[in-house]
This record gives sequence, C-alpha cells and structure tokens, in this order.
Amino acid sequence: MSTAEKEIFDAAPWKGKTKKYDFVREGVIAVVVVTVLAIFFSLLFGSPDEPPLTFKGWAVSNSDNFYATAVQELAGTSGTATYGAPYNENGDGLNIGPLWMQRWAGVTRPIDTVNDFVIAPLSTQIMSSDIANALAAWKAASDSQKTTWATSYDDAITKVEGKISDVAAGDYGPVPVLAQGLTEMAKGGALDAALLSQGGFFQTDNTKQILFFGDGSYLDDAGTAANLQGGTWGMMNETGRYPGQAWLWLYSFWYQIPPFNNEESKPIGANADAYIMGLMGLLTLGLILIPVIPGIKTLPMRIPIHRGIWSQYYKSQGIKRRKK
Amino acid sequence: MSEMLTSRLRNKWQKNLPIEKLLPDDQPAYVASWIYVFGVLTLSALGMIIFSGIILAFEGPAWYHTSSLGTFVNSLHFWSVQLFFVFMVIHLWGKYWMAAWRGNRMATWMTGAVAFVASIATAFTGYLVQTNFDSQWISFEAKDGFNSVGVGAWFTVTNLGQMLLLHVAFLPLILGVITVVHVLMVRRRGVVPPIDAMPSNSEAHS
Repeated sequence: MSTAEKEIFDAAPWKGKTKKYDFVREGVIAVVVVTVLAIFFSLLFGSPDEPPLTFKGWAVSNSDNFYATAVQELAGTSGTATYGAPYNENGDGLNIGPLWMQRWAGVTRPIDTVNDFVIAPLSTQIMSSDIANALAAWKAASDSQKTTWATSYDDAITKVEGKISDVAAGDYGPVPVLAQGLTEMAKGGALDAALLSQGGFFQTDNTKQILFFGDGSYLDDAGTAANLQGGTWGMMNETGRYPGQAWLWLYSFWYQIPPFNNEESKPIGANADAYIMGLMGLLTLGLILIPVIPGIKTLPMRIPIHRGIWSQYYKSQGIKRRKK
Repeated sequence: MSEMLTSRLRNKWQKNLPIEKLLPDDQPAYVASWIYVFGVLTLSALGMIIFSGIILAFEGPAWYHTSSLGTFVNSLHFWSVQLFFVFMVIHLWGKYWMAAWRGNRMATWMTGAVAFVASIATAFTGYLVQTNFDSQWISFEAKDGFNSVGVGAWFTVTNLGQMLLLHVAFLPLILGVITVVHVLMVRRRGVVPPIDAMPSNSEAHS
C-alpha cells in the first residue's frame, strides 16, 4: 500500500468493527473527576498568595538602598532610566543580529524617572520647608546643573558602596534633601499610591511602581529568597511549595545553559532575552507544523509507542510490529 | 438563481458534520485506550477554570486575599489550571505518538497546538493578575523578554488593567473559539485509525 493510498484509507470513514461509545457519560465522569480533584487539592493545599512588596517595606527595611535608588533615578543612572524602548531613548535595547526589534516601535510607554519617580510624587505631599526649598531649587536649576548635582552624589554613594552615612561632603545641591524626602514619604506609606495615581483618580497601570521596585535590590533579593531567579529555573517556580508554570520548562531551560546564561558572551548571551524569544517562537512554529517536518512526523511510526496504545486492535487483527 | 449563502452554509455543514458525526453513539473498536480520555479531561478542566474564573471575576482580583471563600475559589482556579495542563500535555503527547494528523487531520493537530500556545498565554496573564508578590516578580522579569522583541511596546505585562482584560476577555475568547473548532474537526474527521491498519483489517469485520 503506497503512502498516498494509506493517506486515503486513514481519511476515509471507518468501515471496520465498531462498538457502543457513550460520549455524554464519559463527559459527565470527566467533569466529576476534575471537580473532585480540584476540590481535593484546594482543600488540602489552598493556593499561593505571598503579599505584595511595598515601598514602605523597602524604605523601612533597607533605607540606604531605597535612598541610593532615588538618587539614581534623579541622576538618570538607574536600570529604568537607561533602559531604552519602550520607556525612553536612553538605551539601545537588545538585538538579534541586525534586528533591533526593541526599538522598532519607539517609546510607547514613556517614563521620565526624574519626574515620574521622584519630583511628581514628592510634589503631591504636604512638605517641610526644607523639601519645598529643595524642590524649588531643583525646578529652577538648568538641566546641566541638575545632572552635575545628581551624578556627583550618585558617584559619591557608589564610592562608599551605598552606605549613605559615609558619603563625603560635597556640592550635591538639593539632591540629598529630595532623596531623604522621598525616603520619608516611602516610609510613611504614601509613595505606593502616589506612583500609581500620578495625580489621576482611576489608574490601573502599575508599570512605574514595578520598574522603580526593580531598580533597587529589594525586589531582586526577595526573588532570590523565593527561588524565583531565572538562572535557577525560577521562571517555572511559584512562591512557597506550589507548582508553578511548569509548561514554561523549555523556555526556562535555555537560561540555564551557555551561551544564554552568560551575559558577557556576545552576541547571544548579552542579548539572551531576544534570542530565546526568537528561538521559542521558532520552536512553537515547529510544534504547530510537526505534521510536515521530515523525521519528526515519521518518528511515531518508527518508535512503537502506538503498539501499546492500540494493543487490543493489533492483537485482534494479528498485525505484527514493523520490521526495522 | 444562485443558492443563498445561508443554505449553502447549512448544506455544507449537514454534509460534513451531520448530528450523527457530531454526537455519535458508537466508535471504531480500536478506540480502547486510556489515552483517549485525556481530551475530554482537558475540556472538563477548562470548564472548571471558566466556572471558577467567572466567580473570581464577579468579586474582583483582590477578593481572594481577604476572604476564605475567595481563597477557596482561587484555589479551585489554580488547581484546575494545573490539572488542565497535565491533561493537555498528556493528550498532546498521546496524539503525537499516534501520528494523529494522518488522513487529512493536519488542521486538527494544528488547531490543537495553537490551543496549547493560547492556553500558555492565558495562564501567563493569570499569573500576572494575582495582585501579589508573584505577579510583581513575574511582571518585572517578563517585561524584558517581551520588550526585547518589540512586543512590549503594546503588550505591557506591568499594566495590571491590560493584563486583567486580556486574561478574562480576549484570550479566553480566542482559546474558546480554537477549542470549539478543534473539537468540531475531531468529530468531522473521526478518530485516526491505528498506524499500520489496513483495509483488509477494516473491512473484514464490517
């Protein structure tokens, strides 16, 4: 029987032996089984729900790190400030060879870390005269003066490895007062809402909060403690002892092996996110197109797992296993 | 006078998928393996996901943090998703080893694979709208992947409102439509015959 004839036979309505099959009964049993299992697991294990981190928690537990991050936002040296598209034009973003897809759409979610993360939230508060004067001085200064103040203070903090009390005296303008004001605001619990609302009433976009969080070490430390880092299969982990997105195992896998897991390795490791996205896109296409991929589409015929699936049929018909 | 579009559609439907094919009460005798139940188990888990998801939608994304009933319904949703993926992956592997795309069933395989991808996207947005630490972490980490290939310009994983709408409206709609098409294709073409089945094996028992 040729391949074409076999294909016609496989497509034709089955003319062989049939048996009674109650789909509705099968469906009802399946619904009952799933319901019982879901209720059983729910009652026994519940579901994961670690409370969200807050800026208050960050500023109280690691005041220096929050303070230093606020200075980076003013200096334009934080991860968000130097990210590039879609938030700003201050970074090149990632690429796959000549394809700089990250930049193609430009800045669609603009974020100005100076104003969005520091100046605007501070301005929403009833403030002391020190902070009011510092804000006024900042707003009155030229852009180059602001940059000089903030970057020299940022450099001074970096020099003492983030220990604010050890920073050498210098001409930092109003930056220390602004950073201290934002730290106090965060400690009081007002920054979370101020970052979200940005002066509006209805808001559902948490981008600014999330990005500000990621600029410091608080979120990263919490992710490490919860075993969620990408380099340790964290993408498919869940908080606590719960199953996570296990179906992302292949996506997560690439982050565990060279060159993807080495940021120093150019061009792939340095652009791992883009390369892995591209690779997974191709593999996903491959999954969809399995029926036409040579070798993959014929593998089920060569590895006789089907002999187990249809064992009753093969036995009843006396069909022997194919010879290799 | 040319035939009306409506009657052409009805005639085509009746020809390709009569009610006897859509809801048959018999099947080929070779349909006798546990692997066949995982398709319907996947559909049942999807039903439980939708049911628990509708309750969660009525109460809002933060309800389950403060209510024991909410926690229970959220847990039903969570475990239904886990069951759904376990059943679907077994179903998918089973169909692969059966080479179930044989006999003009390629589109059935493809819609199933697309449903799998749509399920991953739907589940992913679900993890982003948990409004807890996990969703903070996932959104911060995942943004880099989407941004790196330009998708992040519109698909903003840090935007709770956008993710919530995609999770409860757009993606379930896409998944639901693909699933219905997939099931209709299965019913239209019937269950694929065993590898190496021959006409003589088939007709000898008719």
